[in-house]
Amino acid sequence: MKKAIQIDEKDNVATVTDDVKAGEEVEVLSPQGEVILKTKLIDDVIFGHKMSLRKLKEGEEIIKYGEIIGVASKEIPVGEWLHTHNVNSARLHTPGEKVRGVT
Amino acid sequence: MTQFYGYERPDGSVGVRNHLLVIAPVDCSIEPARKIAEQVEGAVAVTQTYGCRDDSMVVHNLVGTALNPNVAGVLIVGLGCETLTGDILMEQIEPSGKPVYNITIQEEGGTISTHAKGVGILQRMAQEMGKIKREAFPISKLTLAVECGGSDATSGLAANPAVGVAADKLIDEGGTVMFGETQEMTGTQHILARRAVNEQVGKDIYSIIETQENRLKAMGVDSRWMSKGNIDGGLTTIEEKSLGAIRKGGTKPIQGVLFNDWKRFDKPTKPGLYLMDGPGWDVPSVTHMVAAGAQVVCFTSGRGSTTGHAIAPVIKITGNPGTFAKMRDNIDINAGTILDGSESLNSVGDRIYDMIVETANGRLTTAEALGYKEFIVFKRSREAEHMLGHC
Repeated sequence: MKKAIQIDEKDNVATVTDDVKAGEEVEVLSPQGEVILKTKLIDDVIFGHKMSLRKLKEGEEIIKYGEIIGVASKEIPVGEWLHTHNVNSARLHTPGEKVRGVT
Repeated sequence: MTQFYGYERPDGSVGVRNHLLVIAPVDCSIEPARKIAEQVEGAVAVTQTYGCRDDSMVVHNLVGTALNPNVAGVLIVGLGCETLTGDILMEQIEPSGKPVYNITIQEEGGTISTHAKGVGILQRMAQEMGKIKREAFPISKLTLAVECGGSDATSGLAANPAVGVAADKLIDEGGTVMFGETQEMTGTQHILARRAVNEQVGKDIYSIIETQENRLKAMGVDSRWMSKGNIDGGLTTIEEKSLGAIRKGGTKPIQGVLFNDWKRFDKPTKPGLYLMDGPGWDVPSVTHMVAAGAQVVCFTSGRGSTTGHAIAPVIKITGNPGTFAKMRDNIDINAGTILDGSESLNSVGDRIYDMIVETANGRLTTAEALGYKEFIVFKRSREAEHMLGHC
């Protein structure tokens, strides 16, 4: 089965390590290598991109590396692809080709 | 408590290698210094290419390298008329109690006489240093530098977090870790500052990142922008991008920022994690951190890299299984096992930690075994810093 990796135990997202199609099941591994979730993906998610590990409310913090990497710009169900279309920088966001960082 | 076997120096520091350092303080003596070092077992020449001005940023790097515990003894080979004289370096190296010698080509009367004298000095030092035995010391005597270069999408996912696990473990055992490349911290100053041990360290973190952003801005570059390639690769925000790089330093509190300018060259003063305000490319960054006292380096590379260092073992780690297969002779550890789920992140981190200890005990890295001895001094432009109001 295709895998996704949770880098820090506090993370609410995981990174897929293979190209995964919508409807395909992935196994999410914790830093200890335990399977913490098996779920079907809602979207196609390609290698290196992120999926949600739980339902996230609009405005909720997105945690990766145990730190806040951004904020959900809409409600995100489990197994959805997370990227610039549903996550904003917690500091400053310019949608489109380029994402602007902090002040 | 983990132990390692190292060489104790007169100042109480512990080396993991027993090198003799030949310093060319000026570019005019680079070739004679190299030829002298080539003649003697265990000797290595380090050089700088900023002319002969007595520039303290250059002096910090050269003196710092000589003071690194991986160095047993020092020979300075100068031309003779340089402003940055061997005496200036000797004065700062001698308090360590290491043997230091200083010769100049003009004084000795040409390179053949200088070569004979220099080789003679090194030969005697080499024989003497062979008597120093490796003894057991607590791992708390170890300072690790972490670096990344030739990154790809696996760096932030596998190699950097795994090195971070090893860095955390070393700090839990009382050791010291440093990482640099200030420009890669952009967008995470608020996150790093939250990990600072006190308010001053937090302010220092904001200050070095802002200063670096200003330097890049002066060159017409806004370091806060992510490229299309970054976004296509799956990075959503600048915070995420920078966190992928700094995760190689682990998750521990930040004890301090190590500044390097014309006035100061900071080294860690107690165990724990430090940020080095240093250059954003590999070899000068490693040179800089080894000059600040790191005896061992962990270097992550997704695309693959070959570089070592003149006096410090550089352990290469890739998170990309394809790179590991293709560049086996340049990579020490495959962290790519995380990607197919065959090994956990923590297990790879443990393997890296074990490799750090084995390397400290004397196991040669791929770069060492191939004889790679990179050393590049980084110096800022004083004129540019002055115009930017940084000095």
